[in-house]
Amino acid sequence: MDKPKTIIEKIWQKHIVHQEEGRPDLLYIDLHLVHEVTSPQAFEGLRLNGRKVRRPDLTYATMDHNVPTKNRDSMKDEIAKKQMQTLKENCDAFGIPLADMQHPDQGIVHVIGPQLGLTQPGKTIVCGDSHTSTHGAFGALAFGIGTSEVEHVLATQSIWQEKPKTLNVHVEGDLGPGVTAKDLILAIIAKFGVRFGTGHVMEYTGEAIRNLSMEGRMTVCNMSIEAGARAGLISPDETTVNFLRGKEYVPDGEAFDQLADSWLALATDEGAEYDHRVVIHADEIEPQVSWGTNPGMCVPVSGKTPDLTQVEYKEDVARALDYMGLEENQPITSINIDHVFIGSCTNSRLSDLQKAASIVAGKKVSENVRAIVVPGSFSIKLQAEKEGLDTIFKEAGFEWREAGCSMCLAMNDDVVPPGGRCASTSNRNFEGRQGNGARTHLVSPEMAAAAAIEGHFVDVRNYTSVPS
Amino acid sequence: MQALQEHEGLVYPLNRTNVDTDQIIPKQFLKRIERTGFGQFLFYHWRYDDDGLKRQDFSLNDPAYDGASILVAGENFGCGSSREHAPWALLDYGFQVVIAPSFADIFYNNALKNGILPIQMEKDQVDAWLAQAQQSELVLKVVLEEQSITDRTGKKISFEIPSYHKKKLLNGWDDIALTLHHEEKIVAFEKQ
Ligand code: SF4
Repeated sequence: MDKPKTIIEKIWQKHIVHQEEGRPDLLYIDLHLVHEVTSPQAFEGLRLNGRKVRRPDLTYATMDHNVPTKNRDSMKDEIAKKQMQTLKENCDAFGIPLADMQHPDQGIVHVIGPQLGLTQPGKTIVCGDSHTSTHGAFGALAFGIGTSEVEHVLATQSIWQEKPKTLNVHVEGDLGPGVTAKDLILAIIAKFGVRFGTGHVMEYTGEAIRNLSMEGRMTVCNMSIEAGARAGLISPDETTVNFLRGKEYVPDGEAFDQLADSWLALATDEGAEYDHRVVIHADEIEPQVSWGTNPGMCVPVSGKTPDLTQVEYKEDVARALDYMGLEENQPITSINIDHVFIGSCTNSRLSDLQKAASIVAGKKVSENVRAIVVPGSFSIKLQAEKEGLDTIFKEAGFEWREAGCSMCLAMNDDVVPPGGRCASTSNRNFEGRQGNGARTHLVSPEMAAAAAIEGHFVDVRNYTSVPS
Repeated sequence: MQALQEHEGLVYPLNRTNVDTDQIIPKQFLKRIERTGFGQFLFYHWRYDDDGLKRQDFSLNDPAYDGASILVAGENFGCGSSREHAPWALLDYGFQVVIAPSFADIFYNNALKNGILPIQMEKDQVDAWLAQAQQSELVLKVVLEEQSITDRTGKKISFEIPSYHKKKLLNGWDDIALTLHHEEKIVAFEKQ
């Protein structure tokens, strides 16, 4: 019998176009996703060299990073407008399908790929965006690339990649009630650090991972990059197959069944070895809240900000606390917030919105808080509206917006002001990420929703019993 | 891409770990559709205050580091967003070489594609250079061919770099042109 293999090795081997000693491998790319911010210089490079897009049919573009989430028809930001116009012109010129701002499939690039069924197990997927790791939830090998590489993939449909090392993140046990995929991945990064994945592709395994919905798996894989990993993935199973059945870009009938069998066969073989392995116990995880300026600076909601005498990188921790306007040893639940953002490619899917809505239903956003909900795609927005979630949010005092990246990186008008403090369901709490001087706390949608109501962090596990 | 054979320059010490690309070049400058002109925005919010005035407490604003072209920083340099605007900004500002104990994968690649030499160096040595450059002028000479870094006292340290990256940097080769030598194989792959 063949040596047992991981899914990572299986996908890798199937995609090698060229291999030679002392060089990275040349890998074929099955799907190239494109957005407006990291592509203009790549198309320009093609033009300068008289090159074409090799496989426009394997390329798909959308606009997400700087699209406005309201008043789309009267956009004022001329530079952003030009960048989007440039994407439109490039897609027209090179024959690439584009879901532009008015298109029914528009949305955050990592939300629409899976939603359309473009994302499938076994594919190699790249995008000029670090959170491409999201697509790994389906058992695809998906990673972010820079603009030069975008140009390279456009021209050649392939990429030079050094074979990554493999890392197994094994999650024992199951998550408790009120503890989400977001808490799981934040706890993993808090425990092992923001660079433990560097040079590796991670595969998540274990009971808690198997029990997650595809949405939850996407949340976990999305943040693999915050652990430094090149990509994160999960072997496909019935949950994966069921999610993809009936999606626009997957075949139906018998063809689907055949495809599904080939997907399931990709799963890591029993007994396959990884270069490294870490284990974490899901049942010990509490809802998480980040206190600092990278996603590893995170503690359970029952915890406190760090004690400076107890930390290794004291200067960095002190700087982070200072930026965040926090003291050492400060209880997390004592931190007052003034902004709430529910959205981003980490947590803007229908189930995220449903869970947040279930917390805020019948309650009112604290008067000191400005809260917005930004669905991940136009189609999620429509579904949510069909279910009446928009009404629940609006009645509670949330703003209900159009789809896009929005306050995750604040390239459009959705900005947290200097010194503002935001409970955010996004993935990065870097200095200035949500606006110059803005302070970001990463949390799950449920935790963000409860914080919006209370004006400070609360443990969502016993929240419903709190009178409002 | 410009070839890079050797480089001698003043060291700017950035004694911070996990410097992310949002800090290297903040998002409001990513709307431009050119590759050039990003140097003025490098480390923007560390260099300038809310009124656009230079912050006195950020060391890159210290005239002692004017003209610095070698950046030495802490672990995990370039983490976060894949934006290639980060190496564009570093290069446009004048940095040719970045030395750190570790780099984020995407940044490392992006730097190489733009002719910036990212050198991974043991933490103890990086810490020593950080301390030295904070106290007095530190000039280092990097010779890629022999994979060496020499200071003005003549002390020489060697560094590692994968041979294909080295070859590409030395020759300034364009990746796409190299790949297109394998066109037939790409076609064959597509047919299978
Ligand atoms: S939502 Fe945020 S993290 Fe996701 S693609 Fe958009 S900007 Fe990047």
